[in-house]
Amino acid sequence: MGRLSVDLCGIELENPIIPASGTFGYGYEFAELYDINILGTFSFKGTTKEERFGNPTPRIAECTAGMINAVGLQNPGVEKVISEELPKLSRCFNKKVMANVSGFSVDDYAYTCERLDSCDQIGWFEVNVSCPNVHGGGMSFGTDPNAAADVTKAVKRVTKKPVIMKLSPNVTDIVSIAKACEDSGADGISLINTLLGMRIDLRTKKPVIANKMGGFSGRAIFPVALRMVYQVSDAVKIPVIGMGGVSSAEDVIEMMLAGASAVEIGAANLVEPYICRDIIEKLPEIMDKYKIDTLKGIIGGAK
Amino acid sequence: MKQSLFEIVSNIQIAENVFKMVLSGDTEAVKKPGQFVNIKIEDGGLFLRRPISVCDCENAGGSGKGTLTIIYKVVGKGTEKMSRMKSGTLDILSGLGNGYDTSLSGEKPLLIGGGVGVPPLYMLAKKLISEGKKVSVILGFNKKSEIFFEDEFKRLGASVKTVTVDGSYGLRGYVTDAMPKDAEGKDGYTYFYTCGPEPMLKAVYKASKTAGQFSFEERMGCGFGACMGCSCRTITGSKRICKEGPVMEKEEILWED
Repeated sequence: MGRLSVDLCGIELENPIIPASGTFGYGYEFAELYDINILGTFSFKGTTKEERFGNPTPRIAECTAGMINAVGLQNPGVEKVISEELPKLSRCFNKKVMANVSGFSVDDYAYTCERLDSCDQIGWFEVNVSCPNVHGGGMSFGTDPNAAADVTKAVKRVTKKPVIMKLSPNVTDIVSIAKACEDSGADGISLINTLLGMRIDLRTKKPVIANKMGGFSGRAIFPVALRMVYQVSDAVKIPVIGMGGVSSAEDVIEMMLAGASAVEIGAANLVEPYICRDIIEKLPEIMDKYKIDTLKGIIGGAK
Repeated sequence: MKQSLFEIVSNIQIAENVFKMVLSGDTEAVKKPGQFVNIKIEDGGLFLRRPISVCDCENAGGSGKGTLTIIYKVVGKGTEKMSRMKSGTLDILSGLGNGYDTSLSGEKPLLIGGGVGVPPLYMLAKKLISEGKKVSVILGFNKKSEIFFEDEFKRLGASVKTVTVDGSYGLRGYVTDAMPKDAEGKDGYTYFYTCGPEPMLKAVYKASKTAGQFSFEERMGCGFGACMGCSCRTITGSKRICKEGPVMEKEEILWED
């Protein structure tokens, strides 16, 4: 047990750093760059029952200190994830991975989690009820406490692994959604998914993104994410994973002081492919600087 | 892929809104013509890297230092900032994308470039000529003030035809107007390689008489296959322009519209 280790729903993480879903594929692209076993874990690409191509392109837009994406859950579908992606991953990652799952109905979520439940590589489910980029699914389950509760219960019925509900910031009262998930048996909460955003190209005078809107992420959203992590972790007893614009070891510590038990890093991976490795290496030095003995000891320390 | 710092050797304007930058650094990851680099532009607010095709590379794939030449058009804040850089270093991801395959070219390949789609064809022409092939090039621009690299291609020993849309230089019209009507015969071609704006690629697709390779452009998040931002549909399933592309074979392309 090192200074960086934390507990996430009963599973020990060597450190709290978790690349966020949708920015790390199924891991092996990054394994060509560095040994991904140094990570706490990572959350794999959002997986659905059926294969999805996602939205039309362009589905990426530049923003000040951030970006918009409207990928729309492109993935090969749960069967291929089990038969192809996870075996490939097992050759470069020997820790438990977090399975990020999305769906278009309560049954979809339950089906996909049930299929993945038998995979020993999977340590946790991260259930995405917050994707802003698909119609009639994703976010619609995360903007209503009753729907979020229904998804939580359905997934809990099919797995004994910890179930972490990933919440959308595009709501009036995120605390009520988090509590509904907790009351329905969720083992953890992760937040925030991207903020719904938009850009318009002055030359064409049309939205940059083919889908018009998309999810805004990157450094710019960090204060909003931090605030929501603070509010939610104050209101629930289950562990909270903080994410949203985290780009440095200092940001990680700030997130943990706000109440996060672990921290996901998303958009930053796309512009700085080595950032998770660099943050893990940098954390001890920054902890020394601020006289922090263990990361476990600072969770929620700002309250 | 490799992330490393490159030093700016020179950065000059070569046509209207078009700049040529020469960089010195580790070029080991650059393997083929048609690959690209993804450049970080330090400026507080700019977030995503700028993907730009490689125009030329000395010591590509070799260890130690090499030089990298890129040609870019100023279209927004990032490239505008780049155009003002005279010295210093740039954080670059190099060796991205699949690149062109010269083994399929036959004896008489035809290269067709439009606007800032021309640069990757320079390194390609160099390679094809070094392999002993007889290279013909068609360069298309909107107008005379936008033309660049015509002489550079000629100096390599390629036969060059230049066209402009407004007729202010060379043949008036589009690149397809300069393409041979037949693949056979004295002026024919055995294979083609193309890069340019999508309407041009579609026209080349229709006008071409042989197999060939197309290089595509798309708004990218990462440039190395992680975000799925630049996916496209093909005959053989979905591909990431940045990873399985940007170069695709004619027979696998599915035009979407």
